Amino acid sequence: MAINDNANPQGVVHDGNLPDKPAPMATEGAVAWMRDNLFNGPFNSILSVLALALVLYVLPGMLSWLIFNANWTGGAEACRVNPDGACWPFVSSRWEQFLYGFYEKSERWRIDILLIILAIGIAWLVIERLPGRTFAAILMLFVYPVFAFFMLYGNEKMGLPIVETSQWGGFTLTLVIALSGIVASLPLGVLLALGRRSKMPIISLLSTVFIEFWRGIPLVAVLFMATIMFPLFLPAGVTFDQLLRAVIGVALFSSAYMAEVVRGGLQAIPKGQYEGAMALGLPFGKMMRLIILPQALKIVIPGIVNTFIGLFKDTTLVLIIALFDLLGVVQASIADPNWSIRSVPYTGYAFVAIVFWVCCYSMARYSRYIEDKLHTGHKR
Amino acid sequence: MMQGDQNSPDSVAGNPSAMQVGDEAVISITDMNKWYGQFHVLKDINLTVRRGERIVICGPSGSGKSTLIRCINRLEEHQQGSINVDGIELNNDLKNIDAIRREVGMVFQHFNLFPHLTVLQNCTLAPIWVKKMPRREAEQIAMKYLERVRIPEQANKFPGQLSGGQQQRVAIARSLCMNPKIMLFDEPTSALDPEMIKEVLDVMIELAHEGMTMICVTHEMGFAKTVANRVIFMDGGQIIEENEPEEFFNNPQSDRTQLFLSQILAH
Repeated sequence: MAINDNANPQGVVHDGNLPDKPAPMATEGAVAWMRDNLFNGPFNSILSVLALALVLYVLPGMLSWLIFNANWTGGAEACRVNPDGACWPFVSSRWEQFLYGFYEKSERWRIDILLIILAIGIAWLVIERLPGRTFAAILMLFVYPVFAFFMLYGNEKMGLPIVETSQWGGFTLTLVIALSGIVASLPLGVLLALGRRSKMPIISLLSTVFIEFWRGIPLVAVLFMATIMFPLFLPAGVTFDQLLRAVIGVALFSSAYMAEVVRGGLQAIPKGQYEGAMALGLPFGKMMRLIILPQALKIVIPGIVNTFIGLFKDTTLVLIIALFDLLGVVQASIADPNWSIRSVPYTGYAFVAIVFWVCCYSMARYSRYIEDKLHTGHKR
Repeated sequence: MMQGDQNSPDSVAGNPSAMQVGDEAVISITDMNKWYGQFHVLKDINLTVRRGERIVICGPSGSGKSTLIRCINRLEEHQQGSINVDGIELNNDLKNIDAIRREVGMVFQHFNLFPHLTVLQNCTLAPIWVKKMPRREAEQIAMKYLERVRIPEQANKFPGQLSGGQQQRVAIARSLCMNPKIMLFDEPTSALDPEMIKEVLDVMIELAHEGMTMICVTHEMGFAKTVANRVIFMDGGQIIEENEPEEFFNNPQSDRTQLFLSQILAH
């Protein structure tokens, strides 16, 4: 670090590199974290204290009701003796119904197989070290739904007795509606988003009308229309499965939301990306598939997963058209006179809430993970 | 970093025949006009580019120089006149547009690399998907051109991890992978930090020495003097003056050219 004094007092030369000095204040550790995140300024300090007070006010009672003071064993009698805690025996005695609904007892193994394959398939897709994940994706997206339909509905030729969709219920039905909706709404939404941005006026108009129609009416109305109005339009004698109608309604409804999410992503892609792709001679379809959509969808992963989560929770609305999803089955079980105990309804709803929360939070976590993984150091 | 002497541009640079210009016209633009709404951006453009020619287009901003070269590969549509690229007439026929884009490479001011793909994938994408080239062959060609622009070691990085100069060199390599007959450069150094301009210009100079037909919109007058065999000055959507670099810089004919040159060469 030589400082050359040369003849001109204005000219100064610092030759060599200055050494790195340690940062002046501790920027790591619990105290630093709290100072940065909880108590940086009077307003935030007050908020932190208030939030902590609220947690302390609510949490002990909640934990006591859910865990410490809850009934874990015994039957209805034990819950009747102690009504001030959750009645978990209600859930454990009814879990089969919650999972399978009114599905034929002797045929429930079919659902078991499907759930096991689903779990393996999701694990295969999510764990990156496993080989053949593209193959797994094709299998789960195209083969599995068909297979699942035949397994659930049955096929006399395959030796599987028919189980009418009116008997499907519980968490199985929730999964059927939610997964069909999720699998159908993303590609439909992408097509609608591309259609709405199309330079061809008719395609753009049709897509816009479709999107605004479905976004403009409540899902409950969609479900009612699917159940009550739709059969009126069909010629006499033609019937359409009730569940199928609900699934189509849910899928179209969420594809309209998905389309707007995807459109937001498409609008965030700079014009230069289109020009770069076109200048290389990529035709429209390949440009979209290889350049624009991968980037646009990556940007809107939070929005896409948000729509998925919304769709997953909206499946509970099928209750109003007499389909019994998880919430519907739990609600029906609560009415059982053998379990007419004060804590049972709360326990049932708490159970439903926990199941939904676990599913939705898993989706949220996975989406965060994917976002981090796809980050390529390109900041916009 | 340079590997393989026969690929080295320096060896080509010593070969005067590589700089020769053919007689055959590869681009002919005749009476071309373009409007943005009511705004007349390009007025009666006539331009013939022969094989191996290196043309520099300069002019004040808004003069239509970028628009002109963007018309050549149909990033912009012209409304009147004709553009013929390597015997293919540029009209609304998508087949012709695709054919021309396969022949014409373009380098942009803001690189326009695909940020979700690695450098190597950026280079192999078009050969694989447009030319249906096998992946391995496309990768070999990509590595060849990445070596030529002196960044083979960055092949597996993402564009966002590179400096501006490196990104622009990747963009040049990406275009070259399609083996284009003509290269268009749209202000390739305008978005770069001063110390990175040279590394990009060096690559462009090498390309010129290898006999590539080039049209460059640029303010790098040094580059124009070294490699161009014609300089075109545009203003207000017209070609004002067109001359060999020596004449253009030493003896500009029109007042507007003199004013422009005095402004950019003043410092």
